[in-house]
Amino acid sequence: MTSQPVPRGNVRPPAIGHPSEAGGSDRPPERSFDQATFCQMVESTCVAIDEAADYLSALDQAIGDGDHGSNMRRGFSAVHRNIGDISTMEFSEACSLIGSTLLMNVGGASGPLYGSLFMAFGNASARFTATPDPARPFPMRPFPGTTGAVAIMMRSGVEAVMARGRSDIGAKTMLDVLVPLMLALESDTLHSLENICLLVNTAADDTRNIVATKGRAAYLGMRSLGHIDPGAASAAIIVTAICQTFMEKT
Amino acid sequence: MTENVSIVIVSHSDLVARGAADMARQMVGEAVVVVPCGGNKDGGLGTDVAAILEALKLAYCERGVLVLVDLGGAETNAEMAIEMLDRAHRSRVVICDGPIVEGAVMAAAEAAGGASLSKVKEAAEEYC
Repeated sequence: MTSQPVPRGNVRPPAIGHPSEAGGSDRPPERSFDQATFCQMVESTCVAIDEAADYLSALDQAIGDGDHGSNMRRGFSAVHRNIGDISTMEFSEACSLIGSTLLMNVGGASGPLYGSLFMAFGNASARFTATPDPARPFPMRPFPGTTGAVAIMMRSGVEAVMARGRSDIGAKTMLDVLVPLMLALESDTLHSLENICLLVNTAADDTRNIVATKGRAAYLGMRSLGHIDPGAASAAIIVTAICQTFMEKT
Repeated sequence: MTENVSIVIVSHSDLVARGAADMARQMVGEAVVVVPCGGNKDGGLGTDVAAILEALKLAYCERGVLVLVDLGGAETNAEMAIEMLDRAHRSRVVICDGPIVEGAVMAAAEAAGGASLSKVKEAAEEYC
């Protein structure tokens, strides 16, 4: 494992994995986002979105314009078509490509929102993957799969989505999944991938209890209560698919 | 002829965008460039950043471009498309808060008189 920069602030660097995996060592093993693992993550995310597209559209039919599933399917199909390129790229470049592909292909407001999220992941992760010596930038380093690194990346993504959508937590959007995930990563209270999956899926379910103030559902006002937000649901599906890739490898 | 401010109409519906553009052109003929942009990549309802970017480039002139949008996604995608323009062009393209049909007609009438971008925007937003 290559060395990693010291994470800023109170973000501590233990790995996403369960402490029990440490196997007697003081620190749990780090998960490296090597290219093969990263491609599997992308692949399983594309499959998960494709499988969930009808469900996402059904959620969107209840409180929106009913196209979230087909939009996401179109976007992630385009990502899947790029998987050959993605497999040759380092982590931050690949995140940026995924972002721009989603931006140009998803359509609707979720195109710029998911596009901004992944492009911000790309920008934020570049600080980990760039070499310390600007004169010799290659080969870039693998992205460290530590909670600290992922938390920094997630904050950057969340801030980009907030700016793009001029929104925040509590408006019944994908931010109601992404913000709790970001805060949990930053406070390092999630000790397993299973806990991450539980957190995001619970957060998505809990959007039932929120009155929408952003997106098409905001036109429904109180009638948006009782329905899961489709953007929150797709965010949870993506996070779950990524976690499952790691769980299957361990 | 002095170049006038151009107008781009972004709607979720291709028919709405083209219809609003027709109504604006009925007022001003060829004096103002009005570019409609509606629908998603598959020809259904929705908005598409790439198509909006093309429409902005098609409409672009030094006097500026006023962009009318219908619902949330149209605005988010239009903002994104503006950010993707060359830096020099970005400041000359503004989104307005006016209604898409009435706003387009008012804006076109104002633009045809040679008004500045800010005056054209004001005219479209007056009709609320």
